[in-house]
Amino acid sequence: MDLFKLFSKKDNKSKNVAKERLKLVLIHDRTNVSPKFLEMIKGDIIKVISDYMEIDKDGLDIKITRTKSNTDNTPIPALIANIPILKMKDKTVE
Amino acid sequence: MSEVIVVTSGKGGVGKTTTVANIGTGLAMLGKKVVVVDADIGLRNLDVVLGLENRIVYDVVDVVEKVCRLKQGLIRDKKYDGLYLLPAAQTRDKTAISPKQMQELTTNLRELFDYIIIDCPAGIEQGFQNAIAGADNAIVVTTPEVSAVRDADRIIGLLEAKGLHNPRLIINRIRHDMVKRGDMMNIDDMIDILAIDLLGVIPDDESIVVSTNKGEPVVTNKDAMAGMAYMNITRRITGEEVPLLSLEVDEGVFTKIRKILFGK
Repeated sequence: MDLFKLFSKKDNKSKNVAKERLKLVLIHDRTNVSPKFLEMIKGDIIKVISDYMEIDKDGLDIKITRTKSNTDNTPIPALIANIPILKMKDKTVE
Repeated sequence: MSEVIVVTSGKGGVGKTTTVANIGTGLAMLGKKVVVVDADIGLRNLDVVLGLENRIVYDVVDVVEKVCRLKQGLIRDKKYDGLYLLPAAQTRDKTAISPKQMQELTTNLRELFDYIIIDCPAGIEQGFQNAIAGADNAIVVTTPEVSAVRDADRIIGLLEAKGLHNPRLIINRIRHDMVKRGDMMNIDDMIDILAIDLLGVIPDDESIVVSTNKGEPVVTNKDAMAGMAYMNITRRITGEEVPLLSLEVDEGVFTKIRKILFGK
């Protein structure tokens, strides 16, 4: 098992923490997106989605992250929203 | 064809001046005619790192304001014939020079030198705008710390906005032991995050402090790791292809085996 440990990447190493923190902070620096701006988007998403389904508003998580572009491998920022659905509203069932 | 290279960073204290002194000296050792310009007006530093502090009569502001002729402002290195320093003014501030004046200065220096290396002040204020005004290429210096890398990223963005595309990166003060135990970001981590070309890596080496104490750039010391690393960087600047020093490469043998076995 010890040998296996040698081969596995440990995520709790401080350099990995540094890298993850940097990735996140740079995405925000580069896109110039403030937490306030994200809150505004979040509010609007809740408004739109609420017409169609009941969602867990407190559980909604929205963030800017980095993903690879489809055409080449250049990293591009992406808006990721994780919206927990409690139940669908009748409106959507037709 | 001469080349104007600005050496810059977002955060202070990452080793810009040391880098300028060593690249300048290294180029002179290779027989090039080179001038290092201290554009950090108000905070003169490059002179002491080169050991030329007691020879200064005029400075870059005197040259720009035509208090003296360009050749009078240039201080010749005590050891290398091709190396000259244009020191910063101490009694003035960053507003003493305009980007236009800097451009004019580099145009004049191009006639006399193969390489013009500019030591840029840290940060993104007017001193930065001045220092980059006449440059063809930029080198960004950072250390493997979150604050330095974040500021380096900001500088890279600003350089590109100012038309200095493809700046190259020097990672300074890498500690092999810390990288090995996963407590310092490695070269790949940094390149991955900043997404720019690597010019070289300088190990955190006591000999840098010793050489700065003496006013003799470490690049002249062939036994020092940092000296070898700076000479490699110098050669890369002249267009030579030089592989990274084996001790600069932070990959342990297990990383290599894992790469072979698992492909990642």
